[in-house]
Amino acid sequence: MDMKRDYYEDVQLFESNVVLFWTVVLLVFLFTLPLYVPSYRFSLFNLVLVHVILAVGLNILVGNTGQISLGHAGFFAIGAYGTTLLMTKLGLPFVLALPLAAFISSAFGFILGLPALRLEGPYLSIATLGFGLTVTHIIGHWDFFGGRTGLQVPPLDLGGGFILKTDVQKYYLILIITIFLVLSARNLLKTRVGRAFVAIRDSDIAAEVIGVNLLIYKTLSFAVSAFYAGIAGGLFGFVLGFFNPEPFNLILSIVFLVMIVVGGLGAIAGSIMGATLITILQYSLLKNIKEVPYVGPFMVDISSRWFTVIGLENLNSIVLGLIMIAIVIFEPLGIYGIWLRIKKYWRTWPF
Amino acid sequence: MYGQLIVEGLSIGACYAVFGIAVVIIYKTSEVINFAQGEMAMISTFVAYHILNVYGWPFWYAFIGALFFAVLLGVFIEVCFLRPAKDPTVLGLIVITLGAEMLLMGLASWKWGAEQKDFALPFSFHKTHELFKGVVINDWSIAVFVMAAVLMIFLYIFFRYTKLGVAMRATQQNEHAARIMGIKVERVFSFAWGFSSLIGALAGMFFAARSTLDPAYMMEPFLRAFAAAVLGGLMSIPGVVIGGGILGILENFVGFHWPAWKPIVAFLVIVAVLCIRPSGLFARHYEKKV
Repeated sequence: MDMKRDYYEDVQLFESNVVLFWTVVLLVFLFTLPLYVPSYRFSLFNLVLVHVILAVGLNILVGNTGQISLGHAGFFAIGAYGTTLLMTKLGLPFVLALPLAAFISSAFGFILGLPALRLEGPYLSIATLGFGLTVTHIIGHWDFFGGRTGLQVPPLDLGGGFILKTDVQKYYLILIITIFLVLSARNLLKTRVGRAFVAIRDSDIAAEVIGVNLLIYKTLSFAVSAFYAGIAGGLFGFVLGFFNPEPFNLILSIVFLVMIVVGGLGAIAGSIMGATLITILQYSLLKNIKEVPYVGPFMVDISSRWFTVIGLENLNSIVLGLIMIAIVIFEPLGIYGIWLRIKKYWRTWPF
Repeated sequence: MYGQLIVEGLSIGACYAVFGIAVVIIYKTSEVINFAQGEMAMISTFVAYHILNVYGWPFWYAFIGALFFAVLLGVFIEVCFLRPAKDPTVLGLIVITLGAEMLLMGLASWKWGAEQKDFALPFSFHKTHELFKGVVINDWSIAVFVMAAVLMIFLYIFFRYTKLGVAMRATQQNEHAARIMGIKVERVFSFAWGFSSLIGALAGMFFAARSTLDPAYMMEPFLRAFAAAVLGGLMSIPGVVIGGGILGILENFVGFHWPAWKPIVAFLVIVAVLCIRPSGLFARHYEKKV
């Protein structure tokens, strides 16, 4: 079906003109989005984009290299705190502070990658989980990081006094960064490095035998993934405007994992779809379930009869849990798998 | 002073160990890391609380009721969530159990609210006995030690001499061979989940008596117990008991000298240990076949 006849066909950015066309349509739509959508929605969209960056990075690690990470909230926190502190304490401009914080995060990723050389499966998950908890604990207990009270984010100054104030302005900045990072991820996976990652996922012993240096590529995978998480974290700080250590907990790491599992492991398009879906579900739809017509009053009724009405917001984690279980049982490839099946079906339709 | 720290460390370590045994039993039979273990114990403890405070029944009825519920819950999760998954990967299994965790946690907070509640066992913290000069032990710790010891002896006999125990070990070593030998592997899995859920609920009630009862209270003890199990190698029951003991004592010492670092010391130790012995202290490291 998708026969590739030479190498350049495999590495080119757009598979066909159809893909190119739809990509351009999507980009034009995204850039003109403020024309169709009221501006109060944009803090949600910013969050979606931030999570897209993170999910793409996490998918490189989990989906393409096959290493489990339950500690990505830690890298996310390093990015957020790093960017803010570099700007407030050292007075660095935003354009320097964001990449620098991401590099700090990727340095931590490299360090976490070292134990991953010898660990796998459950043992790796506990090591990464410990890392995430440690980071949250340290930033919560050290006054340098603002302690439990949190940090105020400085104004988003792009240089030369050009300050982004509204959500729509921030949206354009985050959108451009997101597109750049997604394209980089796509290109990275088509190079020697990306192929080495996939080889490690499929069998690390076999990969080592054919000459993939596990030390370099496993730590590199962690570092790249942490870099993405760092950038996402730095932008996340600006989306919120004010943050404390509280959101960077284990549940957040789980939610990140859910995004890529729901979207589809090892597929960039999958991580984008998964992050979008889960973010909108979590931060918009289920949070305001009471206002949804028909369903809302029904849920309130059930709650007051058998449960507690205050606890209704926990529907969020119930639905998320059910999605996680259902995806693994019914569609292990995630939304991307469904998309692939639809595509396959229509290609040979009506046969 | 240090004697007291050791006794307290050992008692909380024994509680971690009992809970870790629950994790190990599931891992031993089905190679699944059960991240929902803590929440399964949490919801069982809430059932006990509900029977006690809403229906007003005596404690031991609530206790038995909660254990019964725990068994049903464990079997339910195995049958409904894990069995339908066809050839899941390690990550897939982790995602399923994490999903079950979120589900149970959401249900519990929906039903009982997030505020903290008191849950008391008949074993009080305030009734103390002097062991040596200056070293006291309270009723709660004695109960935990007795529970851990009884459980250890029971499991030793169970895995060595009963037919079901041997079947569980056989299933762990080679599922296909066990199936060929006529073991109903699915039933063994369900049994393992129910049994482990029961042990978890036991430990969960002790943890609830030690702190307070709220939907998130099992998160920390679960991670510690999991860490103890990893320290012991995830496969061996004596290993998890020794791991729990080490962890409890270590945590108590660090908590005494540097209280701010108590919550994370466990993980730093675990990562350090895993770097030296990648599959824990007491498990043999199997080289993977290509």
